[in-house]
Amino acid sequence: MKEMKVRVGVDIGGTFTDVALEHANGLSTCKVLTNYHQPEQAILDGIIKATEQAGLNLGDIGQVIHGTTLVTNSLIERRGAKLAFITTEGFRDVVEMRSENRFEQYDLNLRLPTPLVARQDRYTLKERMAADGSVLLPLDVEEVKTLAARIVERGYEAVAVGLMHAYANGAHERDVERILKAAAPQLSVSLSSVVSPQMREFERFNTVIANAYVQPQVASYLTRLVQRLRDIGIGAQVFMMHSGGGLISIETAAAQPVRLLESGPAGGAIFAAQYANSHGIAKVLSFDMGGTTAKICLVEDGAPKTANSFEVARTYRFKKGSGMQVSTPVVEMVEIGAGGGSIASVDTMGRIQVGPRSAGSEPGPACYQRGGEEPTVTDANLLLGRLDPDNFAGGDIRLSVSLAESAVDARLTRGAGVARAEAAFGITEIVDENMANAARAHTIENGRDVEAFTMVAFGGGAPLHACRQCEKLGIKAVLIPPGAGVGSAIGFLKAPFSYEATRGFFQRLTNFNSDDVNAMVQQLEREARAFVSAAAGGAPTSIKLVAFMRYSGQGWEIPVVLSHRAFTPSDAAMIENAFNDAYRRLFGRTIEGLGIEITNWSLTVATDLKPAARVKRLASERKAHVSRTRHFFDAALRRTVEAVEVRRSDMVPGARVAGPAVIIEDETSTIVTDAFEAIGQQDGSILLIRKDRGNA
Amino acid sequence: MPSSVIDFQIMWNRLIAVVEEQATTLIRTAFSTSVREAGDLSAGLFDRRGRMIAQAVTGTPGHVNAMAESTGHFIREIGPDNIFENDVYITNDPWMGTGHLHDITMVSPSFRAGALIGFFACTAHVVDIGGRGFGPDGNEVYEEGLQIPIMKFAERGEVSQSLVRLVRANVREPDQVVGDLYSLAACNVAGDRRLQEMLDEFDIADIEGLSDYILETSGKATREAIARVPAGTYRNTMEVDGYDAPVHMEVRLTIDGETLTADFAGTSGMSKFGVNVPEVYTRAYACYGLKCAIAPDVPNNHGSLIPFGIVAPEGCILAARRPAPVSIRHVLGHLVPDVVLGALAQAMPAVVPAEGASALWNVQIAARPVEGREGRTTQLLMFNSGGTGARPSIDGLSATAFPSGVKTMSVEATEQIGPIVVWRKDLREGSGGAGEFRGGLGQTIEIEAREGYEFHFNAMFDRIRNPARGRRGGHAGAAGAVRLSDGTQLRGKGRQQVGAGQRLVLSLPGGGGFGDPRKRERKNIEADLIAGYISREQAVLDYGFED
Repeated sequence: MKEMKVRVGVDIGGTFTDVALEHANGLSTCKVLTNYHQPEQAILDGIIKATEQAGLNLGDIGQVIHGTTLVTNSLIERRGAKLAFITTEGFRDVVEMRSENRFEQYDLNLRLPTPLVARQDRYTLKERMAADGSVLLPLDVEEVKTLAARIVERGYEAVAVGLMHAYANGAHERDVERILKAAAPQLSVSLSSVVSPQMREFERFNTVIANAYVQPQVASYLTRLVQRLRDIGIGAQVFMMHSGGGLISIETAAAQPVRLLESGPAGGAIFAAQYANSHGIAKVLSFDMGGTTAKICLVEDGAPKTANSFEVARTYRFKKGSGMQVSTPVVEMVEIGAGGGSIASVDTMGRIQVGPRSAGSEPGPACYQRGGEEPTVTDANLLLGRLDPDNFAGGDIRLSVSLAESAVDARLTRGAGVARAEAAFGITEIVDENMANAARAHTIENGRDVEAFTMVAFGGGAPLHACRQCEKLGIKAVLIPPGAGVGSAIGFLKAPFSYEATRGFFQRLTNFNSDDVNAMVQQLEREARAFVSAAAGGAPTSIKLVAFMRYSGQGWEIPVVLSHRAFTPSDAAMIENAFNDAYRRLFGRTIEGLGIEITNWSLTVATDLKPAARVKRLASERKAHVSRTRHFFDAALRRTVEAVEVRRSDMVPGARVAGPAVIIEDETSTIVTDAFEAIGQQDGSILLIRKDRGNA
Repeated sequence: MPSSVIDFQIMWNRLIAVVEEQATTLIRTAFSTSVREAGDLSAGLFDRRGRMIAQAVTGTPGHVNAMAESTGHFIREIGPDNIFENDVYITNDPWMGTGHLHDITMVSPSFRAGALIGFFACTAHVVDIGGRGFGPDGNEVYEEGLQIPIMKFAERGEVSQSLVRLVRANVREPDQVVGDLYSLAACNVAGDRRLQEMLDEFDIADIEGLSDYILETSGKATREAIARVPAGTYRNTMEVDGYDAPVHMEVRLTIDGETLTADFAGTSGMSKFGVNVPEVYTRAYACYGLKCAIAPDVPNNHGSLIPFGIVAPEGCILAARRPAPVSIRHVLGHLVPDVVLGALAQAMPAVVPAEGASALWNVQIAARPVEGREGRTTQLLMFNSGGTGARPSIDGLSATAFPSGVKTMSVEATEQIGPIVVWRKDLREGSGGAGEFRGGLGQTIEIEAREGYEFHFNAMFDRIRNPARGRRGGHAGAAGAVRLSDGTQLRGKGRQQVGAGQRLVLSLPGGGGFGDPRKRERKNIEADLIAGYISREQAVLDYGFED
């Protein structure tokens, strides 16, 4: 592989396409509007712009790394392929019956999300595997041929195959694929035993259906993208960011597009991880707050926490259960409907509620003067002095205090029975409370103590709310990196090549069969390695093996990291100890007398990254240049305080400012509350630390 | 004081997060299938007078609303002078807890600076409680398992080993059940830790002022919502299958300004079998049904529950007297909302749905090797739901639990646990009641033991002889059916055998339709035909569909 000095990361988001170009002299970034009809056009425009900024030629680019929200959008907007689903007879309706419960207990008019494949497009075959992978009912080849003919006749563009227990034995699925391909070589076919070989039919079927649904579209988009890049002289290899926080080849991405669903947010988590590494912070809470949602992710020892399933496209107030459960490796993220555009209202009990409804960018908050009439978090921040009406988005948008006031007056003060200032404080305090509760719940679910974490805050809204979050959570330090507006695209440049292979493979430790396990693990390694070397060649790699374990009888598995080596029968004791340690860390105890079992396995092969250059943390040396003084409402003190205003560009390495202070830049403002002080760091980030840390 | 209103609102939000954490801790560490997979639990915070002020939204109404009453019993039985820091109290008393012996309720007092400030309580359904096992065949509660009166599980942090040994000796899965007892106690501790942090942050000594604010606000909002319902007296009756004899349920609902009473006088007397319902459980579900229609947005707490005055005469099947058997009280309990909603429909015709399958079709299976083969018996529990009733402007939900809040389990996961094969679990075509808005479809389930095994199961199914009725011209949903694959009809209640090579076939009821089916939009009938939700014959006969 040739030396790749110039690399470019491109993230297509809902509103903007972000570009980050890394070259010998640093980083050039830019944002262009996302082009929904021709997403690749925005990429080209952005790359050209960034290359010009850096004074380089397009031909200098050695690598393009791409992540996109378009896969998720096509699921949400139902713009995928004409799709058929083939499953085991008796299980035609698994994806329609879902978990058989209601995600909202008191709503008599609840609507459940409709499946991506309508019932008339779901076909069944008389065949059946048992839980142990043995054949209970063999596949009838003639029946499959007849079905294949119907599939062709009805003009389906893609087929998802999900058979019962295919994670334990995928032979029938492979036979079905072979017969379908014989009948229609061009047909896009996705198998559940390939895309998501994990136990639990509802999640696995959903995953293979989602994959097949977007596959033709994603494949053609990626082909087009590579061609367009060639056309303008970028012959570089293109790689895709996957939801698990690593890079895969275009070919893998085109075959398994379901792995791309969370690629953008994964880039954000990698971005936070990079700062965790260079600042030597072992435990980081990544906090990304934009206009509509806030995302929270844990980064420990430089690696974002991952999971093997998640929910996309929630249809009901971001409520758990209202979306589509997909089981594929993912950076584990909590997303709640809390952002600058989140709308405040008063409920039947006179309580202020904030979000998840958002004014978005159109019409936007009332103060944007674009017709928004409902009060939002941004309006409240304006009224509390945390935003400067004359200097928002670098002065591009003039904010109207009077429109914010009238929105709050009209919709809140009367219903809630409080004064305007009180109502504005209520809005920000409730949204801060919602985000802090989500962060606390997430760390607790992972058996962690949130106070031990350092926050890395990015996205337009996070620096406004970071200090208050930390006051609520007991966190003592926040890092606000530079370039936070294009964090995901920068994160792409820092990601390893990686592939996580998973398998449902049931083992009770009392009958631990090391031969079977070794064979399965080897198979996972071959699979993962093949995908990684397809993209990264012979670069040095590391392997992580995780067993998902529980006590027999429990329904919740916990991830247990095992050393990757050939197991012997006596290793059951070692695995039991590893489980006990992990269980104790999560729940504070173990339980005697119960059997232990493993349900799913995951093996990740990732290329080794160069260790991050350590940034020496600077203590306070000299005072930052103060532009002027202004006032904002400090929530912890419950009063308006006089604050100094400092330009971000004046927060040079070692420059210090004590709260109350506001650090302004074009993209956002950082509110330094009375409890914190800010210190400029060598890499351009700002460190916010509690003044009373010495006594903590 | 205006600023304290905002603070109270923030603390109220925080309390919901506190009890959610309490519930999450329980779900993640519990062993019981119904807790971990199905969410059959509840968790809540009570003030020092025993009034519930916050409750986790996870959980199922029968538990939640019944548990709301239980803390008062604990305070009385333990005695105020006998409550110490780090105590934990326990009961599974069906009349003071949540209606049957399988549910364990645990209450932990919360102290601050040495003073009692409130209680955390939680309830979970354990895998076994001894006796005959989970099923309706007992004739007295004594046959249904071990009874634990209200007592101390732990005093000043010291767990009663005598009680633990007693429990271990009386249940089939001692490790799991005792594990669950500790999980329940641990979840209360988790809640309390978070509550104390909140009180530190806001620098307050107790939750009295907060409790008053929450309960007054919720009570007021609920009473106002009741006052918006047209005043009057509304009656309804409903017949269901029962066990040994059909059950007649009757309610008189009176709404007069801000007061509401629902009286079940006229309802059948008790059964000899475990379908009886303690009154606390009847109140829980009646209240849930009414609240969904009248005040769905008001959080569940003592303040929002109290305005619903619900009574059933002692000795009727919905207010069973000790020592009646009550093991499967959920079946009639789940049908109670249909009874009260049928009365309320007269006052709120545009809100109340048609009747649904309502009672879960839980199957408790014991699979064992056929004679002459080695191996132990495996217990399996499956939760399954029929269709819900059509709503006044939307179709019913197919194969979805209402009023219960539980989830089903993955078939693949079930088959990993025991030697059975579930050959079918899919929608039951044509089972939704016809209507301008169609009832939700039931489902069909076929279960067989794997080769070399056989099983028995405890049936606890209803709406086999009494299908869900439609409303305002809507037709009834399909009735349920229980049979073997050879056609043998089985009973809807009680223990029955399924021999090797036979399949158990369950046909779950559909929901009732809403409105005249002939008014259904043609495009919706066509869509139903294409999807196979209805047959062509139904389209023609019920809906008057012409090609």
